[in-house]
Amino acid sequence: MTDLDDLDRRLLAALQLDGRASAGALGRALGLSQPATWRRVRRLEEAGVLRARKVRLNKAALGFGVTVFLGVKLAGRGHVSLDDFERAVSAIPEVQLVQHVLGRYDYRLRVVARDLPDFERVLRRRIMPLPGVGDVESNVLLSEERRPGPIGV
Amino acid sequence: MLDDQDRRLLRQLQASDTLNIGALAARAGMTTATVSRRLARLERDGIIDGYGIVIDWRALGYSVEVSLRVTLDKTYPDAFDAFIAAARKIPQVFEIQTFLGRVDVRLNLLARDMAHYQQLYRASILTLPHIADIEALMMVANVKNSESLAL
Repeated sequence: MTDLDDLDRRLLAALQLDGRASAGALGRALGLSQPATWRRVRRLEEAGVLRARKVRLNKAALGFGVTVFLGVKLAGRGHVSLDDFERAVSAIPEVQLVQHVLGRYDYRLRVVARDLPDFERVLRRRIMPLPGVGDVESNVLLSEERRPGPIGV
Repeated sequence: MLDDQDRRLLRQLQASDTLNIGALAARAGMTTATVSRRLARLERDGIIDGYGIVIDWRALGYSVEVSLRVTLDKTYPDAFDAFIAAARKIPQVFEIQTFLGRVDVRLNLLARDMAHYQQLYRASILTLPHIADIEALMMVANVKNSESLAL
């Protein structure tokens, strides 16, 4: 496990706001030299803490107007191969997230579609026919807020 | 409007874990100057919202991730706003989502271990305002996690 010092935390917080910020710009904001900043970023990457830099696309502007979270309960457990279900559901391009969970459902899925009829098509033609799918609950996403998370504690 | 080159660039961009312009240019078959110019336009047009990072919370000692599905007592007109404003003050909450469906709000919560989760749940979560019902899903494994759109 990696312990962060105060500068690491401020670096990660700055990168959360702009994942493409250069070492020079980050260093100026934090009062560090460019090489010192670069070494710290490199260390966070090597420790596996900073795993990737990702673009945030505007889904609505690209025509993807609907995000739905599905809770999926597998029917007839013991007869269904979890591997088969996971492989099949992960292959659906509209399914962004597949989480194996404990609780009322067995899996949580995040599905992105163009609109509600498009979502219905994905649900009926791609997800419901998968082997072992039992009870499915849909919740349509209205708003989403990513928080910084426990960097500072 | 997007042309074919934009779409090709966006497909490479959302697959990239480094956002390195040179690597993007090579994979999209464009010059770095073209990539930079097109990215600037896509940012200006609001197709690209911005850039962030993926933090591996396990590497920082957070091994427990719980999805808390909350139903609110909607007889209070400000139930949503008050609940969300209070949830924002909990640093271990890293996602807040609102829904149309059986669930009103979902909080994604990180904890170091089960004892820490128990403590957060009692001290920070159950004290949030206007909760009618709450249900937890504990994350076992991320089988697929991709923000990619089928462009």
